Amino acid sequence: MSISPPVDITALLAGRKQAVAYALNLLEDRRPEVASQVQRLAAWLSQNARPGRHVIGITGPPGVGKSSMISRLVEYFRKHQKTIGIISIDPSSPKSGGALLGDRIRIRHRPDDDGVFIRSLAAGGHLGGLSANIGHLLLLLEAVYDITILETVGVGQSETDIAHAVDTVISVIHPGSGDMLQFMKSGIMEIPHILVINKADCGEAAARSFYDLKNAMIYMATDKDDWQPIVILTSASQNKGFDTLATALDQHLSWLTAHDIAKRRRWQLWQSLLAFFKAEYGRFGSRLLGGERQILKILEQSDASTPDEGMRCLYDQVTAAMRRKMNMVEDKHIGDS
Amino acid sequence: MTETRLKEKDKPWLMRTYSGYASAAESNQLYRSNLAKGQTGLSIAFDLPTQTGYDSDHPFSYGEVGKLGVPMRNLEDMECLFDQIPMAQMNTSMTINAPAAWLFALYLTAASRQNANIADLRGTLQNDILKEYLSRGTYIFPPAISMRLSAEVISYAVRNVPKWNPINICSYHLQESGATPVQELAFSLANAIAVLDEVKKLGQVTDAQFPSVVGRISFFLNAGIRFVEEMCKVRAFDTLWDRICLERYHVQDPKLRRFRYGIQVNSLGLSDRQPENNVARIIYEMLGVVLTGRARARSVQLPAWNEALGLPRKWDQQWSLRLQQILAFETDLLEYPDLFEGSPVIAQKEKELTEAATAELQKILEMGGAVAAIENGYMKRRLVESNAIRLGNIENGQQTVVGVNKFCDGELSPLVEGMERAFLTVDDAVEAEQISTLQAFRQKRDAAKVEEALDALKQGVRDGRNIVEVSMACAEAGVTTGEWTDALRAMFGEYRAPTGVDGLSLPMETKTENYKVIEKVKKLNARLGRNLKILIGKPGLDGHSNGAEQIAVKARDVGMEVVYEGIRLTPEQIAETALQEGVHVIGLSILSGSHTRLVPEVSRCLAQRGLSDLPIVLGGIIPEADVRQMNIPAVKKVYAPKDYQLNQIMWEIVDIVAAAHHIDMADGD
Repeated sequence: MSISPPVDITALLAGRKQAVAYALNLLEDRRPEVASQVQRLAAWLSQNARPGRHVIGITGPPGVGKSSMISRLVEYFRKHQKTIGIISIDPSSPKSGGALLGDRIRIRHRPDDDGVFIRSLAAGGHLGGLSANIGHLLLLLEAVYDITILETVGVGQSETDIAHAVDTVISVIHPGSGDMLQFMKSGIMEIPHILVINKADCGEAAARSFYDLKNAMIYMATDKDDWQPIVILTSASQNKGFDTLATALDQHLSWLTAHDIAKRRRWQLWQSLLAFFKAEYGRFGSRLLGGERQILKILEQSDASTPDEGMRCLYDQVTAAMRRKMNMVEDKHIGDS
Repeated sequence: MTETRLKEKDKPWLMRTYSGYASAAESNQLYRSNLAKGQTGLSIAFDLPTQTGYDSDHPFSYGEVGKLGVPMRNLEDMECLFDQIPMAQMNTSMTINAPAAWLFALYLTAASRQNANIADLRGTLQNDILKEYLSRGTYIFPPAISMRLSAEVISYAVRNVPKWNPINICSYHLQESGATPVQELAFSLANAIAVLDEVKKLGQVTDAQFPSVVGRISFFLNAGIRFVEEMCKVRAFDTLWDRICLERYHVQDPKLRRFRYGIQVNSLGLSDRQPENNVARIIYEMLGVVLTGRARARSVQLPAWNEALGLPRKWDQQWSLRLQQILAFETDLLEYPDLFEGSPVIAQKEKELTEAATAELQKILEMGGAVAAIENGYMKRRLVESNAIRLGNIENGQQTVVGVNKFCDGELSPLVEGMERAFLTVDDAVEAEQISTLQAFRQKRDAAKVEEALDALKQGVRDGRNIVEVSMACAEAGVTTGEWTDALRAMFGEYRAPTGVDGLSLPMETKTENYKVIEKVKKLNARLGRNLKILIGKPGLDGHSNGAEQIAVKARDVGMEVVYEGIRLTPEQIAETALQEGVHVIGLSILSGSHTRLVPEVSRCLAQRGLSDLPIVLGGIIPEADVRQMNIPAVKKVYAPKDYQLNQIMWEIVDIVAAAHHIDMADGD
C-alpha cells in the first residue's frame, strides 16, 4: 500500500531544516484532529526506513559532560561527512510540568550547517520513562540523518527505556564513581554497549575507573555470542578518545547487522510498547489481555512496525476485551432476572 | 575629648562620570568638555566589542559598535582618545576586565608617547574578572586563566606603575544582580582574597613587595536607597578588610590596610515612570557612602536621572555632576569628622552585618574560595534567589517604590513631555565609519611586524613572561584588540558560565496567581497539541542576563518549556534555535541599546526560515519610539525592567501565543 505522507517528503529527505522542524512539530502534536496525519507520516517513515542508519542513545548522570561529549562527536562526524540528528531530553518539573532546556548550547555547531539538527524535549510525566512519541521522532531523524543521537539524563530506569529505543547505548560515567558498576551488578541497570569515562583529564581517578570497569566487563559477559561491552576513556576538553569511540560505534553497528538487526528492532518496539501499555492501562489492562507474554504475542502477530500502529492494535484489543467483559456481566444480569 | 570639627576641611572625593561613546574622537570631545566643567577624573566606558575582545567588524559586534562606550581597537584609538588631555596629570578609571592587560598596555604605550613617566601614572583598572561570571558577562577565558591574567596585571602595576590601582574588586554588579548587603560584603571579600592568593601563587612579586600589593587593592561598591543600612555596610567593609589584611596577609602598615573604594550608586532602583524622581533617589543613595567620614568613598560616579530610559546626554551627565558638587562644596559635610562614631544604633547595625558577612565568607572559603563558589554555581544561585525575592517584594507591595507601586498617579513631567527622545542615541552610521577606519588602519600598518608581535606574544605567554610586558610590543606594532584576544583565545579556549537557573525555583509568594497561570498554560497546551515552548534569547554582546534568567525561571515555574542558551548569541543562532526547537514564542532581552539593529536582524533571520509570524516579546530598555520605528508586526509586546509583575507577563505571553494560533482562550475547556 502506498501512503501519501502529510509533509513535503523531498524537502524532508534532503535535510531541509524547515521541513524537518515542521515534521517534528507534527509528530509531537497530541491533538486528535491531527492523529491521522501523525499515523500516515509514521507509517511512511517506517516503510521507507534506510539501511545503515544508526541510532545511538547516550545516558549518564547530570554534570558528567554528556553534552560536551556529544559536541565532540558532532565535530568528528561532520569532519567525516556524516549528518547528525539529536534529541536531547531534560527532566520536567513534577509541580508545573515546565522545564528548562539548556543543553543545546553546549553542542557546538554552525547555525548554517544543514548537517546538524537538535531538538530538546521535556521528559513529561510519562511513567514509562520515555514518552511514546519519542519512537516517532527517532523514526523521523533516522530517515533524514546518518546518525541519530538520543540524550537522556539518569542512571537506572531510563537505561532500560533507552535500550528499547536505540541500537547502541552509551553510558557516560564520572571518573571514580562506582555507582554504575553497582547498578549493573545488581541488575537495576542493563549493561550498556559502550561505557565512556569522560573527563579522562581527571588523571588517576579516570584510569582507575577504566581498569575497574574493563575487569568487571570480562566477568559480566555470559554468552560467547553476546556483545562484549567496550570501555573507553575520552576527554571532551582535550578532544581525546573520540576516534576510538567512533570506531566502537561502527563495530557495534556491524555486530548488530550480523545479528539480525531488523528482528532486534521489532523486539525493541514491542518491549517499549509493552512498557507504555503498562503505564497507560496498569495491571488491570495487562490482565485483560492475558498477561505480558500474551501482549507480546499480540504485537508479534500484528506485525506492527510503528509505535502508533502497535498502540492502536493494543487499544483495539483492550476495548474488545472490555466489551466482552461488560457483555458477560450483562448476560449474567439477564440470566439472574 | 574627640575633635568635633576638622581644622581643615576634608578633601572632596574624585568626581567622575562613566562615559564614552561612538568613537575615540567624539569621546575625546566629551571628556574635554566634562573636565572643563570641573570633573576631576575620567571614567572610560568601552563598547561591548572592546570589552569582549572583538574588533568592530566581527559578526558579534553587529549593532554594538560605539553604543555603550568607545570602541578601542588599537594604539591609534587610544592616542586619539587622549588628544590634548595630558595623561601624566590625569586620573583615569577604565572599566575593562577580560582584556584588561591589553587596554592597560595600550594606555601605557600612549602615555609614554606623550612623554609621561609611566611610574607617575594614576588611575584604576577594573580588572575584576570573577564578578563577570556572576553578573556582567563580559568574560572571555575560563576562570583559572582569567585569574592568572588578572594577577599578572596586578604584579606588573605594583612593580612599574606603583600609584595605579590595578584592580577594582566590584560589589557594584552584585547589588545590581540583586545581592543583599551581606552577600555584597561576603562575595566581594571572597573575590579579593582569591585575587591576592593568586598573585601570591604567581610569584611575580617578592614577599617584601606583597604588602604593597594588598595596599593597591581597591573596591568598587554600590549604594542602594536604604542609605542608613548602606552606610553601615561601608563601615562593615572597612572593619572586615582591615581584619583580613592583618590576619590573613599580616600587613603591619595600617595605611596599606585602608579600605579604599569608589562608588557608582544604584541603577537597578531607577525607574522610567516619573523619571524625575530618580534625582532624589540618586542623592539619597550618595548619602550612604559620603556621610560617614571613617569609610567615605574616594570617588563617586552618579548615574543620570534618565538612565532607565536610554543613554544619558551631556546635559543629563552634567546634572549628576552638579549633584555631587553641591554636596561637596555647598554643604558643610566635609567640615566635620565622622558623624556616627559612638552611635549605638549604627554600631549595632554594623555589628550585625559584620557577623553575618563573616559567616557567609567562611562558608565560601570552606567551599574552596570564590573561584570554586562560582564554578559550582553557588554564588550565582544565591544572587538569582535574592533578586527573585526583591522582585517579589515589589510585586506584593512590601517594598515601596514611589511612582511605581505606590503614588502612581501624577502630572506629566515637562522634562519628558513632548520629547520623543529625552536621551542620547548613537547614530547607526557610527558602526560603518568605525569599520572603515579600522580597515584603513589594517591596510597602512606593517603586516609583517604585526605577525611578529603576535608570535612574540604567544611565545611570551608560553614562557611565563608578564602579559602586560609582552602586550606593549603588540600595541606598538599595531595589533588590534580582536587580534590580541584571538591569539589568547587560541591558547586558552573560551568559556561559557553556568546560567544559574538550573535547579532554581522562585519563591511562590503569590501562590493563587501562580496557580492560575499554570492552569492557563495547561489549557493552552491542550489546544496547541504540544506544550507551550518559549525561547529566551540574548542577542549581541550584552552580558546582563538577570532579567532573562528571571523570566526563564518564572516561565518554567508556570509550566512552560523554556529553551535558554545564556548570553552572547548571534541573531542567526537565535533564529536557528527557534526553528529547530519548534518554539511558539521568542523572548529577546537586550539592555545594551542595540535593539534597533538586533531586533530587525533576528526578524530577518526568522523570515528566512519561514518564521515571520512567530510572535516576539522584547525585554530591556527599549523606548516606545524605537518600537514604532522598527515596525515589526511579530513584536507583540515590550517589557521594561520596571515591569516586575512576572505573573502578569506570563499571563500575557500565553494570550499572545493563543492569538497567534487563533485560539480563543475564553472558550470552554
